Amino acid sequence: MSDISEDRVRHLAGLARIDLTNDEVTHLTAELSKIVDVVATVSAAATDDIPATSHPIPLTNVYRDDVVTDDVLTTEQALSGAPEHDGSRFKVSAILGEEQ
Amino acid sequence: MTDLTRHTAAELAAQLADGTTTSVAVTQAHLDRIAAVDGTIHAFLHVNPELSLAAAAASDARRASGKPLSDLDGVPLAIKDVLVTTDMPSTSGSKILEGWMSPYDATVVTRAREAGLVPLGKTNMDEFAMGSSTEHSAYGPTRNPWDTDRIPGGSGGGSAAAVAAFEAPFALGSDTGGSIRQPAHITGTVGMKPTYGSVSRYGAIALASSLDQVGPCSRTVLDAALLHDVIGGYDRHDSTSLKDAWPSFAEAARSGAQPGSLKGLKVGVVSQYAGEAFQTGVMTRFRESLEMLAAAGAEIVDVSLPSVEHAVAAYYLILPAEASSNLAKFDSVRFGMRATIAGGGTVEQVMSATREAGFGPEVKRRIILGTYALSAGYYDAYYGSAQKVRTLIQRDFDQAFASVDVLATPTAPTTAWKLGEKLDDPLAMYAQDIATIPANLAGIPGISIPSGIAPEDGLPVGIQFLAPARHDAKLYSVAAGLEALLHAQWGGPLTSQAPDFDTAVPTQSARSVSPTQSTRGGA
Repeated sequence: MSDISEDRVRHLAGLARIDLTNDEVTHLTAELSKIVDVVATVSAAATDDIPATSHPIPLTNVYRDDVVTDDVLTTEQALSGAPEHDGSRFKVSAILGEEQ
Repeated sequence: MTDLTRHTAAELAAQLADGTTTSVAVTQAHLDRIAAVDGTIHAFLHVNPELSLAAAAASDARRASGKPLSDLDGVPLAIKDVLVTTDMPSTSGSKILEGWMSPYDATVVTRAREAGLVPLGKTNMDEFAMGSSTEHSAYGPTRNPWDTDRIPGGSGGGSAAAVAAFEAPFALGSDTGGSIRQPAHITGTVGMKPTYGSVSRYGAIALASSLDQVGPCSRTVLDAALLHDVIGGYDRHDSTSLKDAWPSFAEAARSGAQPGSLKGLKVGVVSQYAGEAFQTGVMTRFRESLEMLAAAGAEIVDVSLPSVEHAVAAYYLILPAEASSNLAKFDSVRFGMRATIAGGGTVEQVMSATREAGFGPEVKRRIILGTYALSAGYYDAYYGSAQKVRTLIQRDFDQAFASVDVLATPTAPTTAWKLGEKLDDPLAMYAQDIATIPANLAGIPGISIPSGIAPEDGLPVGIQFLAPARHDAKLYSVAAGLEALLHAQWGGPLTSQAPDFDTAVPTQSARSVSPTQSTRGGA
């Protein structure tokens, strides 16, 4: 059985930076418990002698020359979708809270 | 039939070449069709008739001066909203990207433009491609043209429904666990997931980077192959892009459609995909297709892939893990939505409030699951084990392909279900991908083509073929061979048999002639 509790879901939501409501936490706790019970079955299939596959078609050392190409975004383009900017930088609210 | 929307892309290309029609006429016909039916179907999130007609006029000018960009110059194309475009918003079906305009085009979009294809609009999808029904779109579901009370499959339900409802001759999709092939099965159309790395992912808003692959949706195998020829091949902007030289897939489809092409083909039938989970009509049409292949000289053998039993479990660890990382970029700083909170708040508080407001329930579910799978103390047992299952599945395929040319399965266990039916049961939804997921885990190509209509409910059914990595041409050849036999029996593509749906009753998502106004245009 999985160890998914409401406290754990709140903790995970904090790590993932999502302000879940109490209702969402309750729902997700129930759903994730069932889902984790199913996905956890993979550990029975995977024994120590089997290597992991992270990438379906392995490629190694995909390099390019360390030069600026002509198709990089301009500052204006990079900022074009930002909620707030000052013309050359992204603007955000306070980095530190009062208690920090 | 004189209605231009009923023609395949290949037929439209021929008519454009011999001057029987113009791109403006073809494009206008599809825009008229969209205006007439998309209030009901809701395949498109955004269309911009002026933009499409301007591209069509430019194509006609090139044709007039004898300088078409390609054989397909002037043929219209629908684009899944997961692919970024500079001249239309790209939302990936999410509120968090509502109205967002990309400063660059996805490579596949660039290549489509360079071939003279005319973009018709952006198609609906489950939010960030998470889903099998298109009900998880933040902009409302797409409806199945075969029965508008039913889902069109997902995540690419918009692209599949657009093609099935004759709103576009073909469309671009993306397939992470079946998002091209399952909607093709559900809507009686063709969908191809290419070999991993054979089509650029640059500008495809990432879901799970080791699984995602862009590919074509269409009504015929040849049309899918023609589009694949345009979008495929090496791209230096995608570090997982393969440098292989690819053959012409259109040529493979054309030669595969010739009589005798199936003679001596060895087809492995995957024994794991049968039994109670599979609807009767799905299996009936599947077996009939196998009998047709055998009658045409193919050899049908049984094959076992024992590890696919664990495919869905492995997939729902790997996908959420990669998605939780990929979706971290939606941080309210660089693009997309920013929530406002009382007193301003810190950047982390704003970020958390934005992601709470901007992501839908399925996205939150998968991000939390992925965060869990990657946490210290769980990584080895979950994500690590899932990656080992991936190795086991690759080994199963390697062994199978040592003795057969292609594998065949039903594409999905059931026909289209009713809207809302599985929304409260995520595991039931996930089980729909049982036959499509293994190809993504192994990186191999897969194609779904219609195999007929389930007798019990009158809804379309697909058959899936799988081939070894890099053997995409083989799939086009085999699929075109079976399609030729089926079309001879049906008198044309299966979509021609789709009942006329009732466009008189607009759904809640119905809009006026141009849906452009319904999405916030421009940044």
